[in-house]
Amino acid sequence: MRQRKIIPGVDAKLLIKDAAKLMPDRTRRGFLRGAASLGALAFLTGCDIIDGDTAEGVLRKISAFNDGAQAALFSRTKLAPEFPENALTRPFPFNAYYEEDEAPEVDVNDYLFEVTGLVDNKKSWTLDELHALPEVSQITRHVCVEGWSAIGSWQGASLADFLKRIGADTSAKYVWFKCAEGYSNTIDMPTALHPQTQMSFKFDHKILPRAYGFPMKIRIPTKLGFKNPKYVVAMEVTNTDKGGYWEDQGYNWFSGL
Amino acid sequence: MTVDIMPTRPDVTIHPDVAIHPPWVRVCHWINAIAIFAMIGSGWQVYNASPLFHSFQFSKHIALGEWLGGALLWHFAAMWVLVTNGIVYVTLGIVSGRFRRKLLPIYPSEVVADAKAALTFRLSHDDLMHYNAVQKLLYAGVMVTGILVVLSGLSIWKPVQFQELATLFGGYDFARYVHFVCMVAIVGFLVVHVALALVVPKSLRAIIGGR
Repeated sequence: MRQRKIIPGVDAKLLIKDAAKLMPDRTRRGFLRGAASLGALAFLTGCDIIDGDTAEGVLRKISAFNDGAQAALFSRTKLAPEFPENALTRPFPFNAYYEEDEAPEVDVNDYLFEVTGLVDNKKSWTLDELHALPEVSQITRHVCVEGWSAIGSWQGASLADFLKRIGADTSAKYVWFKCAEGYSNTIDMPTALHPQTQMSFKFDHKILPRAYGFPMKIRIPTKLGFKNPKYVVAMEVTNTDKGGYWEDQGYNWFSGL
Repeated sequence: MTVDIMPTRPDVTIHPDVAIHPPWVRVCHWINAIAIFAMIGSGWQVYNASPLFHSFQFSKHIALGEWLGGALLWHFAAMWVLVTNGIVYVTLGIVSGRFRRKLLPIYPSEVVADAKAALTFRLSHDDLMHYNAVQKLLYAGVMVTGILVVLSGLSIWKPVQFQELATLFGGYDFARYVHFVCMVAIVGFLVVHVALALVVPKSLRAIIGGR
C-alpha cells in the first residue's frame, strides 16, 4: 500500500474535503439504536438484542453470511442482459456521495494507473497505454443500491484480459481499487474475471466525461452501482479484504446482481 | 388430521379435544408475523431512498433501519426468516391437507354473499373451525401475494443471476412496482386481519393457545 503517496492529478483541497467525509458519520453509526425495540421483536431469543450494538453485530454477521450466499449464487459465465443502443437512458444520471461540481478533475498528463500486489508486472500505466488495449463494449443496466436503474453504454478493456496481461495471481481472493477522491472498493476475484467486467475509458463511444469517472471507471454489470468505482487511479491484487467506502458503512460487501 | 367432528353437535364452537390451529400453524404464524413486520418496515426505508411515486415517502418514524444501509441489513436478514418459515408453512399446509380442507373450494357466489353479510355485520364468527368464503379468499389471496412478493423481490435482488425470473416480472424496473403493489396488498390484508382479530378476541386466543 502506498497511502502516503500524493496521487497524480488530484486537487489536494478536494482530497482533504473528501477525507473529511470519510470520517464516521454519527447518525449512521447509531443507525440501529432507533430500531432497537423492533430489533427485539425480530429475534425471539432476544434480551441482549435490545442493545443496538448487538443487533447491529447480528445483522452484520448475517450480511457476511449473505456475501457467501451471493458468491455461491454468482455464475462466472452468466452474462448480464445487454440492450440495443436505443435503450440508453439519456441523460445517464451522475451519481456519487458528492455534487457533480465536486467530482475529481484528473489531469491526463499526470495520470498513472498504479498496479500493485500479487502481479508479475507492477509497472504503472499511462492513459495512452491503457487506451491501446483491445476494446470491448457493452450496453448494460446500472442498478443503484437505492433501487433506480439506468442503461448505459461503456467501452474499454476487459479486466480479465488485463489481469492476465500483467501476470496477476488469479487465485488471489480480491482486487482492490482506489479512486482519485479517496473512494475505494474491494471486489472478489471471480467477479474481476467475469467476461463483462470492464476497465471503461468511454461512455457511449466518447471519452468518459468527468461526471462518469474520467479517466477510468471499473464497469461491473454483475454488481450494484456503488461497486463500480470511478476516477480509478490504483489497483491491487490481494488476499486481504481492504473494504470500501460504502461497504465499511454497512452496505453489503458482495452486492451482486 | 383433526377436523370434522360431529357436525350435528349444537356447540360446534367448543371442540374440547381439537385444536383449532395445530402447533405448527401457530408457530409459523408468529414467526411470519415478526418477519413480515421487519420486511415491511425495512422495505419502506429502502423505498424512501428512491421512491417509485415521487410525491410519496414513508415516515421515518415507522420505517426500520434508520438509513438505507441499515434497512438493507434488516431486509436481507429477515428475508431468510420469511422464506424459510414460508416454505415450511406451505409444505405442511399442502402435505397435511389443511389448505385443501380449510381454504378450498372458493365459490365466487359464496364470496359475494359472505362479503355482503360481513359489510352489514351479519357474518357470524361462531365457528372458528370453518372459514367463510371471504376468509378463504383473503387467506388464499395473501398466500399467493406472499409468493409473488418473494419472487418479485428475488428479481430485484438478483436481476442478473435470476434474469429469467426478472423477465417474467416485466424486467427489473417493472418488478419493483410488482414488489410494491404486493406490499400494499399485504398491508391491506394486515389491517383487516388485525382489526378482525381484535373484534373477535377468541380468534386471537386460538392462534396463540390453539383453541
